Amino acid sequence: MTELPPYASPLERIWFYAFRVLCGLILFFLIMPILVIVPLSFNAEPYFTFTEGMLAFDPAAYSLRWYRDIIENEQWIHSMKNSFIVGICATILATTLGTLAALGLTRTHMPARNLVMGLLISPMIVPLIITAAGMYFFYSDIGLAQTLPGIILAHTALGTPFVVITVTATLAGFDTNLIRASASLGAPPTTTFFKVTMPLILPGMISGALFAFITSFDEVVVVLFLAGFEERTIPRQMWAGIREQISPTILAVATLLICVSVLLLLTLELLRRRGERLRGLSPG
Amino acid sequence: MATTPAAPPAAPPDDGVLRTNDGVPLKTTLARVNRRQKLVAVALVLPLLGFILVTFLAPIGMMLFRAVDNPVLQEQIPRTVALLDAEWDGASVPDEAVFATLAEEMIQQYEVREIAKVGTRLNYEQGGLRSLITKTARTIARRGEPPWRETFIAIDERWADPQTWGIIQQAAPRYTLSFFLAALDLRYDWQGDIVEQPEREQIYVFMFGRTLWISGLVTGLCLLLGFPVAYLLATLPMRQSNILMILVLLPFWTSLLVRTTSWIVLLQTEGVINDVLVWVGLVSDEGRIQMIYNQLGTIIAMTHILLPFMVLPIYSVMRTISPSHMRAARSLGATPARAFREVYVPQTMPGVGAGSILVFILSVGYYITPALVGGRTGQLISNFIAYHMQKSLNWGLAAALGTLLLVGVLLLYWLYNRLIGVEKMKFG
Repeated sequence: MTELPPYASPLERIWFYAFRVLCGLILFFLIMPILVIVPLSFNAEPYFTFTEGMLAFDPAAYSLRWYRDIIENEQWIHSMKNSFIVGICATILATTLGTLAALGLTRTHMPARNLVMGLLISPMIVPLIITAAGMYFFYSDIGLAQTLPGIILAHTALGTPFVVITVTATLAGFDTNLIRASASLGAPPTTTFFKVTMPLILPGMISGALFAFITSFDEVVVVLFLAGFEERTIPRQMWAGIREQISPTILAVATLLICVSVLLLLTLELLRRRGERLRGLSPG
Repeated sequence: MATTPAAPPAAPPDDGVLRTNDGVPLKTTLARVNRRQKLVAVALVLPLLGFILVTFLAPIGMMLFRAVDNPVLQEQIPRTVALLDAEWDGASVPDEAVFATLAEEMIQQYEVREIAKVGTRLNYEQGGLRSLITKTARTIARRGEPPWRETFIAIDERWADPQTWGIIQQAAPRYTLSFFLAALDLRYDWQGDIVEQPEREQIYVFMFGRTLWISGLVTGLCLLLGFPVAYLLATLPMRQSNILMILVLLPFWTSLLVRTTSWIVLLQTEGVINDVLVWVGLVSDEGRIQMIYNQLGTIIAMTHILLPFMVLPIYSVMRTISPSHMRAARSLGATPARAFREVYVPQTMPGVGAGSILVFILSVGYYITPALVGGRTGQLISNFIAYHMQKSLNWGLAAALGTLLLVGVLLLYWLYNRLIGVEKMKFG
């Protein structure tokens, strides 16, 4: 399907181009809703659609007023602070716990591996509404509901499966002889981990960490149940915005969030390229 | 553990057992090393396992337990339910002793302001009982006196109806299946038989059906749209397909709420798509199409949000299929369509299966998008769980609905694991 062979029949030719057009339309369906938000967030009028001025590229029809709105609105600033605090703490916890567990899971002597793996992956499988309901009762009972530590613990639990999966996958291609070599040269296990293992599995750890971060940064169901007004995060604030007082400020926030996802995507892409380059260089 | 045939320090007994340098049998040493390795592995996993058990699995287990937990009547009016169980014949109006006990316990609970719990619990079994309990308790706490039987019946005729007492008895056991029955549109009648809920209160079987239907439809749509895109990405040269891949990965990494917001912007009656349709002249300004806050909105937004989860697994399987298979089929005389259908498609099945189960699992538990764009007809079972958690506060029913949903998801997950294996799950 890469290119048409010279002997292609007219029917094949038509199908070849029809297929490309079809795929183009599907890709357009995927990306258009994300792209359409960006220009609308610069709308000078409080509308969710393109004004005539915007279509005529009249500079007066564009403005930064909704971005100014975010900066001047204490609620948004507060919720951004919360989102980053929760996201970063949960990511650090999830990456540490998840990497340790992945190291244990990939050892040949790990007993009951499949069962343990199943339990560790479960936060990713259980529908969020059930997780949220369970945590709501439990965290209320132990006094962690409506506190940031409560939300951090909840998000850590939700983020760990991604770290476990990515780091386990990275460790699958890891040469354990390197650990033996390091040990035979007299390095204690911690030194071996930090000097030999970690640099090699770092890409897996980073992509796991990014997944954990975006999971927390984007999570709203658990926050709906666990957070009070003070602990609102960006998604919670957006939820309120969509349900209660819909305003184009949300589009400005959405544009900022799209920038965050572009950054994450670029980081992952760089990691992937690095991995491919390293694999290409190594004789194995 | 290197063993050398060199002479050991102390001469070992010559029994043919292999020994290490310090004279310990090799078998023992190996067992010890293995045990230590196992301990290290467990010690590494234990922190996370403990963490997940405490912060995740225990809370969910405790929540699901609420589906059978039924403490209210046993705690609030224990002697009345014990007396009913022991002495009431189940058909007539109970005697004065039962009324007197109930009156005493009701007054007691009324004074500590707990009586509403009894009313709420009974109301789940039959509408109207909450007000009966509240009204009766208030009246007898102010100016009630024996004979209680006459007083109760004077307050409300329903106290002379054996049905009321039957319902109290059915709602009394410490553990009950009545929440599960309610989640399946069934209930205990006053004599303890399982019967269907009245027709206009039957919604949950319908809701489970709708959830399955929408999830199946979304999975089908994702497959229909995802398969061609995955095929294109898998057959293009790496450089081009990496660029097009961004169009799949960017939505994947973009916040769920952002994508839901964009669909509101696009689909609402004053939104971009309707504007374009009016401008092109396909619809009149008054005839704008309602595409959101209904089932259609839920389906469109969910398909868009879950599409990357379908494309990525199919793509990674297609990448491994050698193009020479298709060429071989063609050279043996197959038409392109036949070669594709009989040689290529069967090889993509692991990816198609993985993507489909994944999308289905995710959509069965969907909450956010239906809540925001679903309107009345686009709500799924998760939305009803949330409603009973937050609004109606019928936590037993929420737990029962949640348990049924979870059992379904775990079955699918088990299937996924059997077919594909969770370690093979890839992101991005």
